Amino acid sequence: MKILAANRLIDGIAVWLGPNGNWVEDIRDADVVRDATGEEQLLATARDAFGNNLIVDPELIDVDLIDGEVIPRRLRERIRAAGPSIHPNLGKQAARNAVVHLT
Amino acid sequence: MYRYDEFDYAVVKARVDQFRDQVARRLSGELTEDQFKPLRLMNGVYLQLHSYMLRIAIPYGTLSSTQLRMLAVIARDYDKGYGHFTTRQNLQFHWPALKDVPDILDKLASVEMHCIQTSGNCIRNVTADHFAGAAADEMADPRPYAEILRQWSSLHPEFSYLPRKFKIAVTGAERDRAAVQVHDIGLHLKKDAEGNLGFTVYVGGGLGRTPFVAKKIRDFLPEQDLLAYVTAILRVYNLEGRRDNKYKARIKILVHETGTAELTALVEKEFAHLKESELKLPESDIRAIETYFAPPVLPHRPEGDAVIARAIAEDAGFAAWARRNLQTHKNPDYASVTISLKGIGEVPGDMSAEQMDVVADLADEFAFSEIRVSHEQNLILPHVARADLKQVYDRLKAADLATANAGLISDMIACPGLDYCALANARSIPIAQGIAERFADQAVQEDIGDLKIKISGCINACGHHHVGHIGILGVEKKGAELYQVTLGGSGDENAALGDIIGRGFAEDEIVDAVDTIVKTYLAHRQDRHESFLSAYQRLGLAPFKEALYGSDAKVA
Ligand code: SF4
Repeated sequence: MKILAANRLIDGIAVWLGPNGNWVEDIRDADVVRDATGEEQLLATARDAFGNNLIVDPELIDVDLIDGEVIPRRLRERIRAAGPSIHPNLGKQAARNAVVHLT
Repeated sequence: MYRYDEFDYAVVKARVDQFRDQVARRLSGELTEDQFKPLRLMNGVYLQLHSYMLRIAIPYGTLSSTQLRMLAVIARDYDKGYGHFTTRQNLQFHWPALKDVPDILDKLASVEMHCIQTSGNCIRNVTADHFAGAAADEMADPRPYAEILRQWSSLHPEFSYLPRKFKIAVTGAERDRAAVQVHDIGLHLKKDAEGNLGFTVYVGGGLGRTPFVAKKIRDFLPEQDLLAYVTAILRVYNLEGRRDNKYKARIKILVHETGTAELTALVEKEFAHLKESELKLPESDIRAIETYFAPPVLPHRPEGDAVIARAIAEDAGFAAWARRNLQTHKNPDYASVTISLKGIGEVPGDMSAEQMDVVADLADEFAFSEIRVSHEQNLILPHVARADLKQVYDRLKAADLATANAGLISDMIACPGLDYCALANARSIPIAQGIAERFADQAVQEDIGDLKIKISGCINACGHHHVGHIGILGVEKKGAELYQVTLGGSGDENAALGDIIGRGFAEDEIVDAVDTIVKTYLAHRQDRHESFLSAYQRLGLAPFKEALYGSDAKVA
């Protein structure tokens, strides 16, 4: 399973591609795809958004769905989805009562 | 302090205007990301995990109270209320929006600061001893030379597209507190037999993927030849350095592959052409720059000893702080104060906007408005009357800035690591916090004595782990964080790279591993005067291996 991560051009904030081509700030709203066709669709939308100067550094990342929640495989992406592990009051984890799955 | 002249002002102002235009054109789509990325990097703007990061140069680690106050303003108005001091004597903001960066740069320019050459394959911020101009063991203040190098290297057309980045460090004291031997060029100021000032020149030091201690290529370079000689080195590197492989492009690889003798010959040959050129520094110019760095007039304050004796008797916290965080000053009535940014459980090098304001106020009231940033991620008040130390301590304490741990085990270097950095493999900061908490007890720390732990979150080694007495390198193995440990590294005048002890430790094992290493030292040291590093040099890896891995060690 994959989702597409990027940073927003104007402020650098981490975003993910949601359904309907919207860029979402909360990983729980990301569009999860399960096959090559889905991946290609995400990449095509991201290429457009990159070309339209909305986002930079688009990248497909591996995730699992655990209890209905999108959890990236790599720690790097889990930290990106939550915020610095040392500052629970900063980043996305501050804006919501996110469960931060670091391990 | 050095004050910008009209050229400095004009250059920095023009650069801000240029970048404002570039950002606008990027946001409108006129510039593509491929076109824009090198431009933003030239202005210190990186993209990290959560956001952009802005890296601000603090030339040779010298800051005024006005500048620090402006950093606090930026932290509050454009970031999340704090900044991070790095091992390069820079300050990084972790959360600026690209659209705001031109305004931030304008604010910085108003206090004579900028982000130029904090990225890219150019000559980076020149670093220096953080006790420069104050330390009792100093031969001469290294900062005038660092400033000359800064002026010469800023936007230098010949050296703006080097094979790789290039770092120069200068120290003027007997003890090397600027780690000059792990820089591309290290300059150690000294006097010859006739009392003339000059430099011992080291080339090709560096950490990262392929660490090297620099090679000495000149015992004594007269001060007037500084620019001619450094130009000669850069010219040889620019022509001969490898551009085919990013990982082999630093001058350390050129020195290694060419051989020190041959490289020295190439440099000396180039130098022979340049020696009598316009690069020769006129004595009057050197002395003119020096006047900017003249120490403040320090009033006679002989009452210090009595005040301190009383404070020590009354306040154990002050006594500990006075034992650890004071550096002997040239003037016996004064001391240099280390403000530890390593409070137990805090993030090494982080400072809140409120704390910045407190330190700026203290600098104005007690320290001639001067502040220094150390490569060990602490701040320094270089000239404080000993008679005022108790007042300074009390005010620092109220701002959580009086941790009495300078040079102790909890005074660690840690890079931002995977909590922020896009290049990281593992986190650094939580490891530093875990170690600091384990050794939080003041008596325990002081019993262990001088011990430098340095932690990097990847092989790029921003946390200088190779030269830590205990070095910790985070790697990723099978999707998990793993920490490799080295022992015996040193970044001082006897620079050495640490030895890898053995297999790495998981995130939940590494603090225990450090604990075991420290206990082994305590068990084996001859007495309290034998430091960790000296004990390691005498004992070697064996007892530490045995303690960490048991009988496995003998097999490994
Ligand atoms: S050492 Fe690696 S992880 Fe740490 S700041 Fe440097 S590049 Fe990032």
